[in-house]
Amino acid sequence: MTAATTPSPLDGTATPAPLLLEARGVVKHFPIRTSNGKKIVQAVDGVSLQVRAGETLGLVGESGCGKSTLGRCLVRLIDVTEGQVIFDGTDITSMSRRELRSRRTGFQMIFQDPYASLNPRRRALATVEEPMRTHGMGTDQEIRDRAMHLLEIVGFDPSYADRYPHEFSGGQRQRLGIARALAVTPRLLIADEPVSALDVSIQAQVLNLLADLQRDQALTYVFIAHDLAVVHHIADRIGVMYLGELVEVGDSSPVYNHPAHPYTEALLSSIPVIDDEVEKRDRIVLQGDLPSPIDKPPGCAFAPRCPYTQAICVSDKPVLQMLGDGREVACHFPLAAAATTTTVAT
Amino acid sequence: MSESTAAEPLLDVRDLRVAFRTRSGTVDAVDGISFTVGRGEVLGIVGESGSGKSVSMLSVLGLIDNPNCVVEGEVIFQGEDLLKLDDKELRRIRGKEIAMVFQDPMTALTPVYTAGWHISEQIRAHEKVSKKAAHARAIQLLDAVGIPNATDRVNSYPHEFSGGMRQRVVIAMALSCNPSLLIADEPTTALDVTIQAQILELLRDLQSEFGSSIVLITHDMGVVSQMSDRVLVMYGGRLAEAGPRRALMRDPLHPYTWGLMGSIPPTDGTRVERLAAIPGAPINPSDPDRDRCLFSSRCSFASDACRPQPGLVEHVHGHVDACVLPYDQRPALRLEALTTVTTESGASA
Repeated sequence: MTAATTPSPLDGTATPAPLLLEARGVVKHFPIRTSNGKKIVQAVDGVSLQVRAGETLGLVGESGCGKSTLGRCLVRLIDVTEGQVIFDGTDITSMSRRELRSRRTGFQMIFQDPYASLNPRRRALATVEEPMRTHGMGTDQEIRDRAMHLLEIVGFDPSYADRYPHEFSGGQRQRLGIARALAVTPRLLIADEPVSALDVSIQAQVLNLLADLQRDQALTYVFIAHDLAVVHHIADRIGVMYLGELVEVGDSSPVYNHPAHPYTEALLSSIPVIDDEVEKRDRIVLQGDLPSPIDKPPGCAFAPRCPYTQAICVSDKPVLQMLGDGREVACHFPLAAAATTTTVAT
Repeated sequence: MSESTAAEPLLDVRDLRVAFRTRSGTVDAVDGISFTVGRGEVLGIVGESGSGKSVSMLSVLGLIDNPNCVVEGEVIFQGEDLLKLDDKELRRIRGKEIAMVFQDPMTALTPVYTAGWHISEQIRAHEKVSKKAAHARAIQLLDAVGIPNATDRVNSYPHEFSGGMRQRVVIAMALSCNPSLLIADEPTTALDVTIQAQILELLRDLQSEFGSSIVLITHDMGVVSQMSDRVLVMYGGRLAEAGPRRALMRDPLHPYTWGLMGSIPPTDGTRVERLAAIPGAPINPSDPDRDRCLFSSRCSFASDACRPQPGLVEHVHGHVDACVLPYDQRPALRLEALTTVTTESGASA
């Protein structure tokens, strides 16, 4: 009933776009050796999510919450321990390497550190040409023309084609990384913290570029970041991760405006806001760091830092449950604000 | 020196110029800026990479160790011109009266020494105290900056701390001699937003507890807004705008400030299709064409009037900016700057 009456993107204007990417119970464990014997880092611990064609899913969380590991699993840069990743109807987790390689043109990745992810000895044009050569996408001339076109799309003057990465600024390098990712005409881009290493002014340019590209080339994004304001800006749906698990998933605006999970609320509260108030507003400042993903507590992983913890949070692990507005949250006591909005909207 | 002490600022920087001699000519990294920091005041300096904000503060402390660097002007700190002091005299002030927190907490600590060693060393460099007493002070300080279990953690090495905790150790070091001025150079840029919030809160608490003045250098208008009493906006080594935080956040005057604010996604829950980003890249400090408003090459309101460089004009009490646009039209022009972005996106669609 919510969906029928709420004037929000929730109710979908027509039939929903087809699923492009689906993760089913993805688990990634890293075995490590410590002085106390072998242990397991539970980097990603049972994540299921769906991304529809043309939408942007934002994954947000602190360093160490497993969002980058999940991103790498989604494009199978690393193999999953358990679970499946289905891209466009095919399970890419069980594919042979050879088969996977031919499918790679469908999904590409943009990395956080534009300094480390470019070959310092390769010029801009060659950097963008390389993936097309690898996948045999046309003659030398065709590849060259397309590479020049891509450099232009991401905002470079043709004279930049012969420059080396060190001759570019951070923002320019990130745009070069985007051009390289686009070279094989992917349908899905996984962007792992693409703007967090950049000045805010350059961040805005790159975010605008990503928005333009999505509109012009019908791209689907999975956008990974630690800044909820940036994710809210670019994403249609947001998944909040904590210690390897999704704790809240839903449409961007409700998650941002009325967070249901206390962790989402805390992330929101950490964003530095431009205001002209005399009194600085009350903020929920999370105490402590993310706990270790090696020995996870039995109950809710957020319980040790949560301002609303009760006995059940420490003993029983909450599972993702559906709220009225189509959002899922893993919390024994979802925040009242979110719950009320749901009823009011109905 | 004037005799009035109450109104006298703690730090008074007058016409500071920092130039680097390079093979291709002189580069003016800081091009004649003047500002003051009052006692107990938090001054935010904001600007993009290369705007001269870090260099200006490093030169204040005589920390630029480059024979090709020329620093001119006056930096009056507690009645003394720091630029006239020799290294030995500076060392008496550095770390004791003026302390600095750097951006990257990993490189600011020596990996082979413990957190406690770092802090005790600093205390013992300035005060005649026993190792034991310095160690005890180190534990107190680590506790004050919110490191749990400080008695044990004092013996931990930098790699055993997370990024946020490391930054707390660096802050504890900086506070160890009760400095009257703390310079924090992008103290939270390398950190997660949640940890950033913790560190900013810590700085605020410590500031009210110890009464130090703080100069906070950042590129994030949001951080400045959360922390500062007064704000300087720098571009190309010059001041673009300066004023009390409230006035500057409510009525930003300079188009560059508009751009910095527009670059941050709105936090009030609204969603815009495109951000009002600043086009182009920050000006290269070696650009020889300097007798103009340096921002004019990226400004949508640039005209012939932007040359020569407009001077700083005070509009409202304490709120100054260097721009030729008519003052009374600024709010309308700011709105125009925001809407141009929207139309641009419509046209290219």
